[in-house]
Amino acid sequence: MSIDNSTVKKVAKLARIEINEEEETTLITELNNILGWVDELQQVNTDSVEPMLSVFNESMQMREDQAESNFDNSQILDNSPESNAGFFVVPKVVE
Amino acid sequence: MNDFENLSISSAIEGLANKNFTSLELTEFFIKKIEKHNDLNCFITSTFDKAIEMAKISDQKIKENETRPLEGIPIGMKDLFCTNGVRTTAGSKILENFVPFYESTVSNNLWNSGAIMLGKTNMDEFAMGSANTTSFFGNVKNPLGSKVNKELVPGGSSGGSASAVSSGLCLGSTGSDTGGSIRQPASFCGLVGLKPTYGRCSRFGMIAFASSLDQAGPITKTVEDSALMLQAMVSFDKRDSTSSRQSIPDFSDYKKLSIKGKRIGIPKEYMIDGLNSDIKKIWDSGISWFKSEGAEILEISLPHTKSALPTYYIIAPAEASANLARYDGIRYGFRHNADDLNDLYEKTRGLGFGKEVKRRLMIGTYVLSAGYYDAYYLKALKVRKLISQDFEDSFKKCDLILTPTTPNVAFPIGEKQTNPIEMYLNDVLTVPASLAGLPAISVPSGFNSEKLPIGLQLIGKPFDEISVLGAGAVIEELRGF
Repeated sequence: MSIDNSTVKKVAKLARIEINEEEETTLITELNNILGWVDELQQVNTDSVEPMLSVFNESMQMREDQAESNFDNSQILDNSPESNAGFFVVPKVVE
Repeated sequence: MNDFENLSISSAIEGLANKNFTSLELTEFFIKKIEKHNDLNCFITSTFDKAIEMAKISDQKIKENETRPLEGIPIGMKDLFCTNGVRTTAGSKILENFVPFYESTVSNNLWNSGAIMLGKTNMDEFAMGSANTTSFFGNVKNPLGSKVNKELVPGGSSGGSASAVSSGLCLGSTGSDTGGSIRQPASFCGLVGLKPTYGRCSRFGMIAFASSLDQAGPITKTVEDSALMLQAMVSFDKRDSTSSRQSIPDFSDYKKLSIKGKRIGIPKEYMIDGLNSDIKKIWDSGISWFKSEGAEILEISLPHTKSALPTYYIIAPAEASANLARYDGIRYGFRHNADDLNDLYEKTRGLGFGKEVKRRLMIGTYVLSAGYYDAYYLKALKVRKLISQDFEDSFKKCDLILTPTTPNVAFPIGEKQTNPIEMYLNDVLTVPASLAGLPAISVPSGFNSEKLPIGLQLIGKPFDEISVLGAGAVIEELRGF
């Protein structure tokens, strides 16, 4: 399994992380090392083993389907880098 | 003024009850000490005004005989726990200006028990690190480094919490443990670090790293303090879907535990290449202490131990890549403006996250991406099952497992920075219990030739923190310091 420039670019795009050329070069080496290292798991026999998503084995409880309003709009918007008239502001996405 | 530097939480509770000193005196002592030891960089944000205010309330409560379990006890809060109205950064630039308007359940429980917040402790960015060198707010120094004239790491990710307790800047602190982030720094700083069973402490308001592994716990000077803090931290919480409904015991019952006749397993697979010889010696001493108390020692096998770290480095980054998707520069935190929405995301995240976080997000995204999901992520989930099964099988034969906490003692700042895997290997002995969700404690058990502390780890059955604490107390009693 080897990771090249185009894979790193693709993964960075998927992760929505901008990386510069220098970072790209370092990441190619590092990701190849790390993935090469974790690849040893392929030697473990996992035939008929169920995947374990969580160690938590208590049944999750349903709650009443009732809306709760814990916070007001202004508290939530206080942390946003940009807001206007009670909304988060993002760059224009439709023409 | 009294010297409170070496005070434990339990003796402080006694001193406050006997009116030997007030909480305000205690709090002011630690505030001065924190100011004096700025160089250790233990705190990202101090909350001294709040601390004084809380101390005055505690003194009033003590006066009126309405004392709560941790009344008037000044602590450090890892900057991973959201604190209402107090900046919470997770050690990241992307949350540099984030001020929560709600309180994490764990911190809320502690304040309701009377604990006092001195400030928010430094940590590896998003808890990703084992040396506290990935924090946007700079690395933390281990106070024990001065003993050997070196600048040593405190361990990570709860490095600020551990360094603060070790240098006497607070009486105890909170940590969070995903793969060893409580136990490893506790071991490096000569402290007791307890990761309870997954589900004991609520994750509500705890900034998420890898949700199936993250668990809060205390870092303290003594086992008794650990039990006291744990008691205050745990609760069932309907706001955390994996919060346990198991009944909560009185953790101080560990004092009634007799180790005589208990079966202590020694996993042969933990005798790894590269295990420091001083640590091996202390491990042997640990075995002899338990023997002398009448415990039965038996060799056990956890055959998939070797696979635990690679499994962890698939599962934890995968979960992190999903959890950290929320940092988009729109709703909170740092934003780098751009004309296009995708550009804004990419620039914000490219500049807002540090190197190690980006590395792990890349790994996580890769192992979850189409074509690789089965080979990496699904495979890791299956191996996790095998690792967990190993423990289940072993606990049919033994009651507790005794191992070293780390393969080495605290190392100089700047070491292990060139190859990420070298840093990851710090957690090789702590990660298996994390993957299996088991309670585990690190207790100071001895020193290497340079007088740097060595911790031994005790791993218990699910929800059996009492045995873990009880066995920890045996080490405390017999280690000879």
